[in-house]
Amino acid sequence: MEIRDEVLDERERIGFRLREAYHRHGFSRYRMGKFEEYDLYSRNKDFLLSDGVITFTDTNGRLMALKPDVTLSIVKNIRDRGDGLEKLYYHENVYRVSDGVDGFREETQVGIECMGRIDSRTIGEVLGMAAENLGMLSDHWVLEISHLDLLSAMVDAVALDGGMRDRMLACAGEKNLHGIAQICREAGVRPGAEQALLDLINTYGPPRQVMPAIRKIAEENGCGAWARELSETVAAFAGTDAAEKIWIDFSTTGDLRYYNGIAFKGFIEGIPDPVLSGGQYDALMRRMHRKDRAIGFAVFLNRLDRLAEKAEKAEKAEKEEGNA
Amino acid sequence: MSGGSPLNIALPKGRLGEKVYALFAQAGFECPAILENSRKLIFENEEAGVRYFWVKPSDVAIYVARGAADIGVAGKDILLEYRPDVYELMDLGIGKCSLAVAAPKGFEENPERPLRVATKFSRVARDYYGGMGRDIDIIHLNGSIEIAPILGLSDVIVDIVETGTTLKENNLEVREIIVPISARLIANKSGFKFKRDAIQRLMAGLGGNGK
Repeated sequence: MEIRDEVLDERERIGFRLREAYHRHGFSRYRMGKFEEYDLYSRNKDFLLSDGVITFTDTNGRLMALKPDVTLSIVKNIRDRGDGLEKLYYHENVYRVSDGVDGFREETQVGIECMGRIDSRTIGEVLGMAAENLGMLSDHWVLEISHLDLLSAMVDAVALDGGMRDRMLACAGEKNLHGIAQICREAGVRPGAEQALLDLINTYGPPRQVMPAIRKIAEENGCGAWARELSETVAAFAGTDAAEKIWIDFSTTGDLRYYNGIAFKGFIEGIPDPVLSGGQYDALMRRMHRKDRAIGFAVFLNRLDRLAEKAEKAEKAEKEEGNA
Repeated sequence: MSGGSPLNIALPKGRLGEKVYALFAQAGFECPAILENSRKLIFENEEAGVRYFWVKPSDVAIYVARGAADIGVAGKDILLEYRPDVYELMDLGIGKCSLAVAAPKGFEENPERPLRVATKFSRVARDYYGGMGRDIDIIHLNGSIEIAPILGLSDVIVDIVETGTTLKENNLEVREIIVPISARLIANKSGFKFKRDAIQRLMAGLGGNGK
């Protein structure tokens, strides 16, 4: 039985198109229930995108939660693959408090997770799929990539205490150069180390333009290996149509207790929040006593509603023009 | 990368917004219509590729975070209190003041009971006293914070202090400065990607690092 396109709403249409792409890349569907034991989230609260979790007591007295996240459940339920590679995709609803919105919202996300032996080829494939997904949604997109181990090493090089380190990473995420300079002044950081950190955060754009400068900063500060890894990872985009839409940007950060290595976010013109977010999360795997490495990304379908609104407006304007 | 749409700028209504507009106009983002005495709130200069709108100072960050404005100017106090997910690109060095703890002259704190704190900045107050391990009772108010200790509603207040005149007139004094405040140039994280050239041109015009 074939489903006619017009019976699907835009969010469903996009969700199925992305699933089709994941399937084409050899990923298998991972299905999950709507509930999970609350304990899983209480132990990994900072990994969640929002603070709130909807809880209820099950008939057997266990405290349960409506899923606020997909990745934690997958990590919990998939066994280590060692030298193998588990390639999964999902299409699920999650329940969380969105920024600036009172109360809980049901949000739909699709995405992929790879677990097992993650090498540069797998990372490259995942980044390629992220770029492909963005290209399927719009012609005007940017995929922003950073390297958390490099950023973390550069911050550690200025030897800050825990609180200052967190403030420094928050400033990096805000492109807040004056904030970074202020923390360095408070901590008495030597000017050379401060300038290197400022230069790293302030160097962003397509790899062709910025990679040489980033490699230089990293080499001079003993972080050359991470910069080379980043450079090799994005090299696959050189000379492609996507090349100018891929940006290196160290303001893409993440909680270092869970994330490491390559981190990325996808943006579409006219949508204020990132529509895609992903990266490596080996640190989360370790916290959950897993030996595998892992990488994945999610596409937030609710945020794409503006695309449908834009298309409707354009269609209306076209009709009006035709009538005139 | 930039589309054809103008750079949307949210300005805080009032004296600070007027100062900011003067700086932006000097940086090449002029829109003379904004100086006309009218009740209009949105002004566009197609030639300069810029559209300004006046909004309540505490709402600037919301307009920017939600993408209605590409950039805006907000006080650091608002950014600390509401923590919008935006880029904080520049400290403009204007609108300088402090977020401070003030109390009636001669007030002696009783450490054996929670300190009652009246403020508009509940999150800042909670973080500040939380960092010291001090138990507090927050009384969230939306204005006339200074009268709270006089009427016995609170022991101290956490509020913006500019010259200290209002405090003095109400027999209050600054006990601790929590953080210095000034106006910051903020940008929507997505808008920044697609209007980077214009935003960097503005930053360079303001004497910042426009690369």
